[in-house]
Amino acid sequence: MAAPIALHLEFGGGAELLFGGVKDHQVTLPGQSQPWDMKQLLVWIRGNLLKERPELFVQGDTVRPGILVLINDADWELMGELSYELQDQDNVVFISTLHGG
Amino acid sequence: MCQVDEEYNEQLEKRTVPSVSQRCVKCKEGTAALIIRAGDAFCRGCFKDYFVHKFRAMLGKNRLIFPGERVLLAVSGGQASSSMLAQVQEGLSRNAPKKLRFTPGIIYIDEGGACGQSMEEREGVIAELETMFRATGYPFHIVHLEQVFDLPISVLEAVSSAPQRPEGSYKAAVEQFVQNARVKGSCSPGEGHMDPAVLDAQIQLSHLDTQDLANGTPPSSLQHQQDLERLFASVRTLTAKEDMLQTLRQHLIVHTARTKGYTKVMMGDSCSRLAVKLLSNISLGRGASLAVDTGFSDQRYGDVIIVRPMRDYSSKEIAFYNRMFGVPSIFIPGLDTKAPEKASIQHLTESFVTMLQADFPSTVSTIYRTSEKLHTARPPHSSEMETVAKCLLCLCALDTKEAEEASAFHATLVSERLSEKRVPESAQVGSASTADTVGQCCSSGVGQEGGCSSRGQGCCSSNLTPVTPDLKSLLCYSCRLTIKDMTGVESLPPYIVSEAERRHRRSQMKKEISEFLLDDEEDEVAAS
Repeated sequence: MAAPIALHLEFGGGAELLFGGVKDHQVTLPGQSQPWDMKQLLVWIRGNLLKERPELFVQGDTVRPGILVLINDADWELMGELSYELQDQDNVVFISTLHGG
Repeated sequence: MCQVDEEYNEQLEKRTVPSVSQRCVKCKEGTAALIIRAGDAFCRGCFKDYFVHKFRAMLGKNRLIFPGERVLLAVSGGQASSSMLAQVQEGLSRNAPKKLRFTPGIIYIDEGGACGQSMEEREGVIAELETMFRATGYPFHIVHLEQVFDLPISVLEAVSSAPQRPEGSYKAAVEQFVQNARVKGSCSPGEGHMDPAVLDAQIQLSHLDTQDLANGTPPSSLQHQQDLERLFASVRTLTAKEDMLQTLRQHLIVHTARTKGYTKVMMGDSCSRLAVKLLSNISLGRGASLAVDTGFSDQRYGDVIIVRPMRDYSSKEIAFYNRMFGVPSIFIPGLDTKAPEKASIQHLTESFVTMLQADFPSTVSTIYRTSEKLHTARPPHSSEMETVAKCLLCLCALDTKEAEEASAFHATLVSERLSEKRVPESAQVGSASTADTVGQCCSSGVGQEGGCSSRGQGCCSSNLTPVTPDLKSLLCYSCRLTIKDMTGVESLPPYIVSEAERRHRRSQMKKEISEFLLDDEEDEVAAS
């Protein structure tokens, strides 16, 4: 049983509009048997944070193409993308590069 | 082809998966912070150098911006244009050998009126942008989209291009400039090439400027606000709305550049953006003007040249740079914000390209390289600038003038004409080709008075000169489609309508006096 972890989530480039216009979110993920990874985080965001139009943020089990993900200020492609295991106090940023957010 | 890609993907994965502690491909020391292009991991420092160098290399390679020239930076507040502004600042501030040497100014077009933003939202955004622009110290101009209703006719005339500077003069100009700077520098070090007094005056001027706009006519008169709303309400599809917005924005930028004495305009189109633009423009029927729409430089306006220095950067690079190095940008909701995927051709193309890019990382660069190779058949700086007919709206060379008998375009025209003839009333007004627009004007004019009659002429006052001028014959294929998506042309800004009338009068006059003119061709034959 892993302990609950605290994360700092940030949305930018228009992605914040889907989250009630709030850019910064301080969240705590509840403890669960296996460690949290990005894939689970996206499911959690979809269920708990996303205010509207989920298809504009997640597609399939990953983020919509055109939305960049940074984990602790580094490209998530370097961190293993969906399989990255989240640590306590991690900083995850989502930036939309799409026209109109 | 597919097989090649599959292998390539596998390779990519093999390289990137065990890469949590991957090293930078450039310096081999720093910890990689991001991946650009297929699998190239860069560290923070190397990425910065790479990014900064690319901007200057782009300008250096093209040799289009002369030292001391006044350049207007079109900044929308978005990531790409804000990044462009930061690059210009960086290039002008440091004392490197490859220092930029032009004098910048900033323009922001407030489109809130067309995108349905409230007054408070717009004011908030403008206040935020003002602080951002003021921090740069460059003069800035904040223009509201409503001001298109005050534009003069002259916007739509392509001024015959400024005397072409001969090849090789760039080097001479640079040397001259450097020498001048050295002389100046010896008496007033610090500012480099710019006289501090001049700079101060410029800043003051710009402040006056914006204050004028802010206080004099708070964003714009109510009348124009309604006019703008009516204009965009009359456009039926989002595709046409985006196209119309783009056209009007471009007119405002060019007009501001001309009146404030700028000779170049920098736009922040990234290569991701241009790839989308290329494909969507083809779908919109703008194939004939792809080269000017997406190339590095765009000389369609003659005296003001549009350049796109960000066209080598992908939107990912830009977003990462802005994030890592604290470049401020502001997100302003636009027409297509939160729109469903299929809302407009432009929007659909964008999601198509980004989706393809996610699976095939070279999609954008392949499309973009194609755009680099495009050229217009007619050299843009031909001496017969005047004789080339230009589209009323986008000012590109008309591709609809002489339709060949066997072309699809000709077939469309014929079928349009045939279907119009079935409506006897509208066919009687004017010639067959103008019947359509006149009919539209009459029918919609009943519902919305003011639009037609405010221009001083009754809707059906005379059959000889249609009041709503036949815009179609003055437009290129794509702009025709946009106008077709409007319920009526009477809500267009006055400068477009009066220019159309003027062009019609002119061609009519030409027809009338044509018998008395010596034919150019005959003349040439006689001379030879």
